[in-house]
Amino acid sequence: MLNLLGDFIGELRAAGIPVSLSEHVDAARAVEVIDLANRSLVRSSLAATLVKDGDHLPVFYTAFDVFFSNRSWASAEELMGEEFDATQDGAPGASGDGPSRGLGGGAAGAMSAQELADLLYRALRDGDASALRQGASEAVSRYAGMEPGRPVGGTYYLYRTLRNLDLEGLEERLQGLGASSEDRLARQLARDEAAARVERLKSEVEREIRERLVDDRGSKALAKSVRRPLPEDLDVMHANREEMAQLERALRPLSRKLAVRLARRRRRRRRGPVDLRHTVRRSLSTGGVPIDLRFKPPRPAKPEIFVIADVSGSVASFARFTLHLVHAISSQFSKVRSFVFVDGLDEVTALFDGVDDPAEAVARINAEADVIAFDGHSDYGRAFSTFQDRFARDVTRRSTVLILGDARNNYHQAHADVIADLHRRAKAVYWLNPEPRSYWNSGDSIVGQYAAHCDGVIECRTLRQLEKFVGELS
Amino acid sequence: MNTLDPREEIAKRLGLDSVPPVRFDSAEDVQERLAKNDYLSDEAIASVTFLADRLAKPVLVEGPAGTGKTALAKAVADATNSRLIRLQCYEGLDESKALYEWNYRKQLLRIQAGRSESSGVEEWSALEEDIFAEEFLLTRPLLEAISATDPVVLLIDEIDRVELETEALLLEILSEYQVSIPELGTVRAQQIPMVFLTSNNTRELSEALKRRCLYLYVGYPTVERERDIILARVPGITSALAEQIAQVVRSLRNLDLKKAPSVSETLDWARTLVVLGREEIGEHDAAETLHILLKYQSDIERATKELLGRARPLA
Repeated sequence: MLNLLGDFIGELRAAGIPVSLSEHVDAARAVEVIDLANRSLVRSSLAATLVKDGDHLPVFYTAFDVFFSNRSWASAEELMGEEFDATQDGAPGASGDGPSRGLGGGAAGAMSAQELADLLYRALRDGDASALRQGASEAVSRYAGMEPGRPVGGTYYLYRTLRNLDLEGLEERLQGLGASSEDRLARQLARDEAAARVERLKSEVEREIRERLVDDRGSKALAKSVRRPLPEDLDVMHANREEMAQLERALRPLSRKLAVRLARRRRRRRRGPVDLRHTVRRSLSTGGVPIDLRFKPPRPAKPEIFVIADVSGSVASFARFTLHLVHAISSQFSKVRSFVFVDGLDEVTALFDGVDDPAEAVARINAEADVIAFDGHSDYGRAFSTFQDRFARDVTRRSTVLILGDARNNYHQAHADVIADLHRRAKAVYWLNPEPRSYWNSGDSIVGQYAAHCDGVIECRTLRQLEKFVGELS
Repeated sequence: MNTLDPREEIAKRLGLDSVPPVRFDSAEDVQERLAKNDYLSDEAIASVTFLADRLAKPVLVEGPAGTGKTALAKAVADATNSRLIRLQCYEGLDESKALYEWNYRKQLLRIQAGRSESSGVEEWSALEEDIFAEEFLLTRPLLEAISATDPVVLLIDEIDRVELETEALLLEILSEYQVSIPELGTVRAQQIPMVFLTSNNTRELSEALKRRCLYLYVGYPTVERERDIILARVPGITSALAEQIAQVVRSLRNLDLKKAPSVSETLDWARTLVVLGREEIGEHDAAETLHILLKYQSDIERATKELLGRARPLA
């Protein structure tokens, strides 16, 4: 068990969850005092000792399912009492089961498609867990078409299985009587209930596929393929839709935390340095002893922020996140003005005015901002020239300019002199580039030409990097 | 392997005569005894509570507001017949409010009383020793929990409200169950208290604190558990109504609201519906009482639109 635990912790660390030595010791102690035959008890005990952040739990659960799959548990239980350690290597593969559970599915066809659909329907309707498991297993055998040895994470098999199951029809059937009810609330409830049940089927199928993959390739190999980064480490530019939703969810608490932190920091340094003249004058009343220290009033250090963001396809999501984050903490800045561009440039500050939730305003940018002048391919040079003509005079020594984009200019003119001019006017000019550093200045990326006039060009691919940068701004 | 049981180890370090008996036999035992005190736990809550007792470690409970974090500590105190000592955290909390303070008025009195008796210089050192005795110490919640001889449960509520620096105050207590007072020495615990810390996650807690605790995330309950909670906590409710309430609340939580309804708000809503004498929730009742569940006007409007298909809530 201790070896298995060590491997498991290695996987958690590889996935980005920090596990310290003392937490490892705690976990080892915890498994000594609990009933190892109870899988979910082991799961929650390990979660309590190893994971110290609620956002990391999904990653933990995935890894746990791979390392301690249901089936290796069944065989582990048999071995219990003798030597638990023996299961550590063999467990994933050694759990020989009936042929129907084998890879590729020997027993497919034992049930017709109609029978299977009925079985699933009944299982979901009655909330019958064991029937649901049987149905999911059958469905995977029948539809997934799993091939041994392929180094995949199982998403493809999941997709194939679900595509064949007609989930929409199933959901409709599950809504049953509720769907035709007069009462709109009852209808909505029936719909949500059905959706939740179908969700249960999906996760059951996913679990089934994962277990078969563990059987096929062993925990360690599979863990690597299903490993998902933590939300704050997701690469914003290459996130798929599901990951994008995850990022959106992570953004709100993140911006709240950031605002609290910045506000605290500002409050703490409320007092400026000691005002010597004033202190000496006060000390006269106490016979020249400086009892009552006087301080200079704090410098109003709130900067003005100009955000100039490329919102063309490739980097749009990154721009949205940054705008969201900057506006969410706009109370920490004296003023925030936002500009978006593709090949034309438009100010969108007004969209954020009087809106409680920056996400709403960000969503409206696409529809309302006038950013396309010609062909809809990014043209940094043109956008910057427009900015210089119309807004550059507002940039002062108290302004910080943030430029977001990958500087892929489609071989247009660079107009780097605009940035040089901004640099002269502003307190600082930063460029945030969502591309990995190794891609910079390759192809049509001309970030190097602009970089010469910026105070910093920062690689900003994940929420963690973005948060760090914005946190240091004010 | 010959590892020392964690409880034995701590008892030895604290210099206790015997190892205090464990409070719970198993995770199931936790679940049962909490249920007797009207707290319905799930497996994660029960197993972490069990481990906290067994490993003698504090528990850090995190999760959205109103999901029963504080109630858990109360229920554990009731279930184990312990006294609950609560430290409510806030910004600006310091040593003298959390740990201990010298009762300087009493010390002053002592000095004045001493003066009238004798004024020898050698008396002074005796006096000084005297006025920094336990007698002149005002115990605050943390020290009280440590020095208590009866069984206690210590609840440190909303730990995320104190500054990062103040967290350090807690570290000695959390890992060693002792408090060092420079003038007096170290006060060691007389027993192994159970410690719960709650956090609403408004900021990251320090690694040092997290490392010393077991972690428990309490999210919103599943529909089934929420129904059971309603049945347990709201007298006179039918199980059909409880089920329906739980479903409505789940649907609401699925919407993207500013503040999703918490369990305590769900219970308030359930009580209201019982008082109104409803057997089931119709559209009309829902629209009229939605403000009990949702606290923002924009949320109420949104929920009415999505759930009831009306543009505007009833007045």
